[in-house]
Amino acid sequence: MSGRAEQSNRSGQPKRSGEVPALALRGVTAGYERRAPVVRDVTLSIAEGEAVALLGPSGCGKSTLARVAALLHRPYAGTVTIGGETARGWRHRAPREQRTAVGVVFQQPRMSADPKLTLGALLTEPLRACGRGVEARRLGAELAREVGLDEELLGRRPHEVSDGQLQRACLARALVLRPRVLVCDEMTGMLDASTTAALVAVVERYRWRSGAALLAVGHDRGLLRRWCDRTLDFESAGGMTDSGSGGLRLRRAKDRPLKGAEHARTPRPPDTTTPAS
Amino acid sequence: MSALLSVTGLSVRFRMRQGRHIHAVTEVSFDLAAGECLALVGESGCGKSVLAAALLGLLPGNAQVRGAALLPQGPDLLSADETTMAKAVRGRQVGLVPQSPAAHLTPVRTVRAQLEETVRELTGVRRAEARTAALEAAERAAFPADHLDRHPHQLSGGLAQRAATALALVGDAPLLIADEPTTGLDRDLVEHTVDELRRHAEDGRGLLMITHDLAAAERIADRVAVMYAGRVVEIASAADFFGPPGPRHPYARGLLNALPEREFTPIPGNPPELGALPDGCAFAPRCTRVAKACRTDTPALVEGTACHFPLERTAPAGAGAGATAGMTGPRVGGGGPR
Ligand code: SF4
Repeated sequence: MSGRAEQSNRSGQPKRSGEVPALALRGVTAGYERRAPVVRDVTLSIAEGEAVALLGPSGCGKSTLARVAALLHRPYAGTVTIGGETARGWRHRAPREQRTAVGVVFQQPRMSADPKLTLGALLTEPLRACGRGVEARRLGAELAREVGLDEELLGRRPHEVSDGQLQRACLARALVLRPRVLVCDEMTGMLDASTTAALVAVVERYRWRSGAALLAVGHDRGLLRRWCDRTLDFESAGGMTDSGSGGLRLRRAKDRPLKGAEHARTPRPPDTTTPAS
Repeated sequence: MSALLSVTGLSVRFRMRQGRHIHAVTEVSFDLAAGECLALVGESGCGKSVLAAALLGLLPGNAQVRGAALLPQGPDLLSADETTMAKAVRGRQVGLVPQSPAAHLTPVRTVRAQLEETVRELTGVRRAEARTAALEAAERAAFPADHLDRHPHQLSGGLAQRAATALALVGDAPLLIADEPTTGLDRDLVEHTVDELRRHAEDGRGLLMITHDLAAAERIADRVAVMYAGRVVEIASAADFFGPPGPRHPYARGLLNALPEREFTPIPGNPPELGALPDGCAFAPRCTRVAKACRTDTPALVEGTACHFPLERTAPAGAGAGATAGMTGPRVGGGGPR
C-alpha cells in the first residue's frame, strides 16, 4: 500500500512499481521566514483515490503545507509531485496542467471569493482562465446542481448569500476542472453540521466518480476521522504559539484500519445523483 | 428567580430596495436566568447573529425592530437610544464576544493597550490596577502573556479571538453574549474558550452563546434554542436535547444527526430565503413529516417545539415519559404525518 507518511523518506520513489501517488510531498520545509520555517522536513504521500487528513491546532503550519500541496506556496526545500510529476513552479508560474490537476477550498469563502463576481462567474472562473469559457454556462449549471446550489443563486454576488452557499460555490469552483487531487483546508470550519455533512458528501461523490485523492486539513478530529482513510497528527515543536518560532513536524502516521461496518465512513453517494457507472 | 434577560416577541425586518423585506428574526421569545447558559444554534443565515446584534443595538439603519428585551435594572435593549447603549449598556451590562475579532480590535494598538484602556474606561481604576486587571482578563481568555504587546494583525485568528474574548470579560458585565466565539479555533481551544465563558455564568451571570458548533453547545449549555429561518423552532434542556430523549422538531433532529459522531447525513435541500418565506412552516420543503396543514399554518412554539407533528421523545429508561405523554399528537386538524 502506498500512501504512508514517513518522516524522512527521501527516496523519491513510489514503494511499489506501478503505484504512482496522486500527491507526494518529500522533505518539504516551508514558511514565511527562511530562518523560522513553520513546516519542517515533511514527507507524505497520498495514493489515487485515498483520503488523508492532516490534523493540528490552529497556526501549526498545516495550512501552509496545504498551500504548498496546492502549488500556491513555494517551499524552501523539498519536492511536490502530482501524479508522479515533480512540480516545476508555484502560483501562476506553475504549468497549467499541474495547476489544474489540484483543486483547493479554503476555510473562509469570503476571503477567497472576488466580491465583484456573481456566483455563476465565480464557479466557472477557472474555465475562463484556461480558455474554456464557452463551456462555462453548461458546466456552471451542472456544477451548481452537483454542489446543491439553487440555480437562481448564480446571479447573486457573495454578499447576497450565506457563508454556506458561498462555500458551496467555492467547492464548485475547485471541482470545475475535474482535479485529480483535492485540497480542503478547514473547508467546513465556519459551517453548521448539516452544511458540513452536505459538503463532505459532495466531495465524496466527486471522488467516488473520479477517483480523485483528497488532502483534508483541519482540527476537528471527529469529522476528519469519519471522513478520511488516514489521519496524520501535526505536533508543535514550539509550544502554543502561532509565531512560527517553533516549526512543525509530522508526528506519526496513524493508519486507521476500518472496523467492520464502519467501512462506510462517509455518506455514500445518494443513488439519485450518482450516474450508474 | 427573576430573569436576567427577558425577550418577548422579538422581530427584525430589513427594508430592502423595491419595497422588499427580509424577515431575519420573527417572534422570538425566551428568558435567560442568572447563572444559566443558553445556546442559540442554527445554520448560517438563520437569523441568530441578527438577534445578537438587535440585543446589542448594533443593527444597521434599515432594520425595523419589534418586541422587548428587558434587563432587570436596565433599559429595554430594543428601544434604548444609541447613547444609552454605548454609555451604559455595552461592555457594562452586556458584554460581547464578537464573531469577527478583526473588526472588534483596533488595528493600530497593542492588545495590552486596548485591554488596559477598556478597564480604565469601564471601571475608572488607576493605571497600575488596570495593568493587573488586563493581565487577569488575558489569562482568563487563555491569551498568552508574551503576546500582549503585539498588534492585532500579528495574531493568528485563534489568538485574535481570545484577545476579543478578554476584552469582553474585562467589564464584568452580568450578561455576556458570545456570537460564534469559537469559529476557527481548534478543539482544545474551543473547549477552553467555552469553559471560560461558562465559568463566567457560574457566578450568577448569564450567557447567551450563539453558535453553529453543536459540540461546543453540548459542552456548556443548560438549554438549547434552535433557530430556523428566523424563528426559534425548539427550545429544550441540553440534557434532553443531546441525551436520549433527543430533539422533537424534525429540523433540530436533522441538524443533530448530521454530526460526524452521529449519522453524518445532511438535511436535504437548503434553508429558504428570508425575503421569500413560504406560507406555513418554513421547514416544510425539507421535512419528511410534512402534511397539508404544514403548508398553510405556521406552527406556534408550544411546549418548546414549533411543529405540527413533533417527533416523540425516545423515552429514556425510567424517567421523563410522563412529561411528554400526550404531546405527540397533531396539534391541528388535517391528518397526521404521511
Ligand atoms: S412536520 Fe410540518 S410543522 Fe413540523 S417541521 Fe415538518 S413541515 Fe414543519
